[in-house]
Amino acid sequence: MNTMNTMNTMISHRLPEFKETSARILFMGAACVCILAVVLICLFLLVNGVPAIAEIGLFEFLSGTTWRPASSQYGIAPMIVGSLYVTAGALIIGIPFGLLTAIYMARFASPRVLRIMRPAMELLAGIPSVVYGFFGLMLIIPLIRLFSEKVLGAGVPGMSILAASLLLGIMVLPTIITVSYASLKAVPESYYEGGLALGANHERCVFKLVVPAAGSGIMAGIILGMGRAVGETMAVIMVIGNQPRMPTGLLEGARTLTGNIVLEMGYAADLHRGALIGTAVVLFVFILLINVLFYLLSRKVRS
Amino acid sequence: MKEKAKGEGSALRLSTTSSDGTPPSNAAPGGAVRPSALEVAAQHAGARKLTALLVRWGVYLGAAISTAFLLFIIGYILMMGIPHIRPAMFSWTYNSVNVSLTPALINTILMVLVSLAMATPLGLFAAIYLVEYTKRGNRLVKVIRLMAETLSGIPSIVYGLFGMLLFVTTFRWGLSLMAGACTLAIMVLPVIMRTSEEALKAVPDSYREGSFGLGAGRLRTVFKVIVPSAMPGILAGIILSIGRVVGETAALMFTAGTVAEVPTSAFDSTRTLAVHMYVLASEGLHLNEAYATAVVLLVIVVLINTASAALARKMTKGQSGG
Repeated sequence: MNTMNTMNTMISHRLPEFKETSARILFMGAACVCILAVVLICLFLLVNGVPAIAEIGLFEFLSGTTWRPASSQYGIAPMIVGSLYVTAGALIIGIPFGLLTAIYMARFASPRVLRIMRPAMELLAGIPSVVYGFFGLMLIIPLIRLFSEKVLGAGVPGMSILAASLLLGIMVLPTIITVSYASLKAVPESYYEGGLALGANHERCVFKLVVPAAGSGIMAGIILGMGRAVGETMAVIMVIGNQPRMPTGLLEGARTLTGNIVLEMGYAADLHRGALIGTAVVLFVFILLINVLFYLLSRKVRS
Repeated sequence: MKEKAKGEGSALRLSTTSSDGTPPSNAAPGGAVRPSALEVAAQHAGARKLTALLVRWGVYLGAAISTAFLLFIIGYILMMGIPHIRPAMFSWTYNSVNVSLTPALINTILMVLVSLAMATPLGLFAAIYLVEYTKRGNRLVKVIRLMAETLSGIPSIVYGLFGMLLFVTTFRWGLSLMAGACTLAIMVLPVIMRTSEEALKAVPDSYREGSFGLGAGRLRTVFKVIVPSAMPGILAGIILSIGRVVGETAALMFTAGTVAEVPTSAFDSTRTLAVHMYVLASEGLHLNEAYATAVVLLVIVVLINTASAALARKMTKGQSGG
């Protein structure tokens, strides 16, 4: 009887402890899902992609300029170059406009304008990429076609690196703007006030003091935008033409790494399929490099 | 900086004297006109003013163009889409005559529910672990953060490929709602995790101390005190992820497939609204319907953004009040 009582009290004391411990383990498990996911993604891509790359030959795979699965030629150099061109084009358009808009929002705009602009930028960030792609397909491409007929005198199909760059330039704007805006806002007010006290005017203070102080944050925003541009798929395949050949000009069609995967994965088999997963491995490596850059910069911002 | 600023100050003072109508001329005895220090200073001040003006208008122009892009895109989609919204588009089943978007809309809602039912507890629990159960400088926490950041940078097509390899092929689920939802759950996990983490961090420590002081254990403190007061922030994160699920296409093409019917089981292929729109746009046969679908997608995004903004406001209000 007596022992039963002690056991009961022991259990009632132990029960909360048991609950606490199991909850802790549950939470920790949930937190580790992230690690598991990254490991699984790497594992599946490598296991399925690397043998195909090995069979094709790494050098041949990366530097081959012919992508012709029907005759077993798997060179993804055109897609790598295509991705680089499109990303560079997007940044050429996105950086100046994005940066100027962020500076405007952080240092020039009145609160009333801001109350409209900030939700507007959030909306821009929330629009699905298919909608952007469709917009590009229906408007940017006919405009390029019209322009080339009227100005250059020769008609072009319109689906081109230029179209993809313009579209991606618009799509990376919200990313660049929000991150740059946040880092401009984080610059201590005393920098700006100190500049004013020394007699510099508003514009000079902003561009010589506030913007340089927010430099690494702005860089982080640009890198994040770059990641978005490299990884964008649906909007790009709708406007770029997708010809798997070495791009030769702005008005020529091209194909990106992402487009290569999504266009052919539906029917690919065997080595062709492996080569597409190998394309994803290359894309993944690019993204990892960009992530490392971003990580280093954002750590610099924090410190 | 100091020197320049001084120069500008004196230039300002000097330029006012020179504008009084007594132009200081320093004509040399030989007749050659040398610009005086005053004139040079005035010129510099003028140049500086001009630069400032140019810079200001540059900033205005850049901001105006960016905003114009946005307004134009939205205006264009609405203008082209609204006239093409017909009642037939909302009929119960899809066929190539009515091009109904109802099945896709229902699939989208199902996809959101299933994927968030998986991602929300995982993300929230992970955030609770990071904020409430670990000390600063914990190595595991650093690894988890790094992995979460990596996950949020991975392009959606890579998720799609991974989902295809794991869920569709290895698990033999085929193209299905479940495979798509699992893929998207991994994709939005870092979003929910990060926003929940921020929301939990924003809860004042006095709440925790008060709860512990009253004798509550850690678990009770978390679920009765901290999570409820961080709720608006957590919900804002969930709503943000709804937006990502609704807008996703690339990750679903090879995991959930493109069948335009309401699924009868979790292992049937489905087509969400964004995929539906992609199919319409790429086939090129139903462009008007694609515009109309774009309008529906835009409306959903606006609703999502409004809800999330309202919650965020509630969150900051709650903080300043508490």
